[in-house]
Amino acid sequence: MRLSLVGISHHVAPVELRERVALPLDRAATLARSLGDAVCLSTCNRTEVYVADDDESAALSSLEEVAGEPLRSVAYRMHDEAAAVHLFRVSAGLDSLVPGESEILGQVRAAYDAARPGPFLDRVFRQALELGKRVRAETAIGESPASVPAAAAALAQQVFGELEGRRVLLIGAGRIGELAAGSLSARGATIAYVANRSADAARELASRFGGEAITLEEVPSRLAEADVVLSSTGAPATLIGAADVPARRKQPLFFIDIAVPRDVDPAVGDLDGCYLYDIDDLEAVVAETLAGRRAEAERAERLVALEAQRFKEWRATLDVVPAIASLRAWAEEIRATELAKLGDLPDDERRTLEAVTSQILNKLLHLPTVRMKEAAAANSGEQVADVVRHLFGLEHDRR
Amino acid sequence: MPELLFWPALVAYGEAAVAYSSARFSALGTWGVRVGWLAQTALLAFQAGRAEGFPWSSWAGSLNLFVWLVVSTYLIWGCRPRFRLLGLSVMPLVVALFVAARLGGGTETGDRPHYGNLFLVVHVGCVLAAFAGFTLAAGLAGLYLLEERRLKRRAADILRLRLPSLVALERLTKRTIAVSLPLLTLGLVAGFVRLREHGGGVDALMAATLAAWAVYAIFLGVRPAGRNGAHLAIVGFVLVIVVRVALAGTHF
Repeated sequence: MRLSLVGISHHVAPVELRERVALPLDRAATLARSLGDAVCLSTCNRTEVYVADDDESAALSSLEEVAGEPLRSVAYRMHDEAAAVHLFRVSAGLDSLVPGESEILGQVRAAYDAARPGPFLDRVFRQALELGKRVRAETAIGESPASVPAAAAALAQQVFGELEGRRVLLIGAGRIGELAAGSLSARGATIAYVANRSADAARELASRFGGEAITLEEVPSRLAEADVVLSSTGAPATLIGAADVPARRKQPLFFIDIAVPRDVDPAVGDLDGCYLYDIDDLEAVVAETLAGRRAEAERAERLVALEAQRFKEWRATLDVVPAIASLRAWAEEIRATELAKLGDLPDDERRTLEAVTSQILNKLLHLPTVRMKEAAAANSGEQVADVVRHLFGLEHDRR
Repeated sequence: MPELLFWPALVAYGEAAVAYSSARFSALGTWGVRVGWLAQTALLAFQAGRAEGFPWSSWAGSLNLFVWLVVSTYLIWGCRPRFRLLGLSVMPLVVALFVAARLGGGTETGDRPHYGNLFLVVHVGCVLAAFAGFTLAAGLAGLYLLEERRLKRRAADILRLRLPSLVALERLTKRTIAVSLPLLTLGLVAGFVRLREHGGGVDALMAATLAAWAVYAIFLGVRPAGRNGAHLAIVGFVLVIVVRVALAGTHF
């Protein structure tokens, strides 16, 4: 049995094509079941079908049917170790657009759970899921934020620790500002005020976050009540000067200025207890964390290589497992036949004979079994299995 | 036997001091602290078992106990990855003081105390425990200043080399001092009660200790925020070091 993979991803296909073959979980599971023993992993960046079969052409045809066009020129195909390593790298987040992103592991698990594959794929996917968890536990690949909004929230945590109960003053209704506010809110911060040139936009955003809409003119008077000020307006001049900031006696005040031109006077960053990050600072932080992720990715690749070796050894043993099973069945049959010839025996004598003959059998077969597995690990399992079948007349059992 | 326990403890502390300098090996550093602490605990237990009374009444002996108290206090937070740099600041000091304790004979057995055991336990024990707390508080304040500086300078690697948050460092510094100051007060009261009963004057070490007490009392009374608080905690620690090292000969 071979592991085969066919798929497309952000590495080889544009979004126009990827979105055509992107399948919701239930449809992906249906497609996998239609192919027999298979798992279909479909996310916004990839759609891949893993099959326990030598031939992946049926899987490719299914994907082409979904896409409504031929995929042969863009789809990648892999087999056995290469396919397994690819799956390991996917679940470790190493094949993702942002190395180490955490969502992919959940998506691999969901695809596996939905497909409920047979023993072969089950083993491979469980190994991939374990590896994904291990990579995240043993490396820092997923710890740092990979986007400006996430970096803004992580920096706020670097100042305040837990953001539960921290009050955010959101100025402007720009997309990145909204995303950053969402990121802060997701970590427990309260979006207390939303200020914008347009009152309607401020109200709409405030209602979404459960805050209060205010005018831009009210901003200086609300600074004393805020812990984090997140600004992303399109204003041509600064909105907050050093003179607007009340003296901080006990608690820090963190400014995130995503606007260009900047909304917050850089002099604010020099005030005692005030910390100011503009868009360039945030992008530098993101670039640095991505560099860190790449360094961690090297450690993760080493873990993948170890798992690939384990997979290779396990896969190789599959070549000799049928021969071992045939040999043991053949020996067991002889033992049972010879015991039957003894006729009626007292129960205790029969039990003794059963035990002794079983022991002899196990001892005789132990070394050949070990040697066959060793040969399998050394890539000569199939030849050795053929020799064993030939020596013991097991050719008819060949599977 | 003290030899067999001192050297493993010193080697383990030394290993921790070196390992903490690398993020990759910081877990080994924490294990070094744990192993060293266990070995030193065994050393102290052995000394206590052999001594006829409180075995750490000499300057070097009290330094040995002080080192153990610092490491014990550090272990409360030091096992967390983000406090790695705290270990980097504390463990070299621990190694240096432990060696000094050794050179002064504080890791040997046979000290015969000149004072009653109860007095020594309360006076020496409380003062040293408080000093250990102040040492940790100074380490935390140092981390605060470092992190604050990185935030002010908008260091690009601030999320790669993560320290505890400013608020957490400030809170821990205050809590550590809030626990340590009553211990110092108790130790000082015990010392002054004895001084009053047996006579004697205030020496330079006592005066410096009182000054340290005053600094930490101001810290808790005024509760300065941010950098001011961190600076005050470090000023108090400088006095602690003066008491522990520079003025040792005037009191013991």
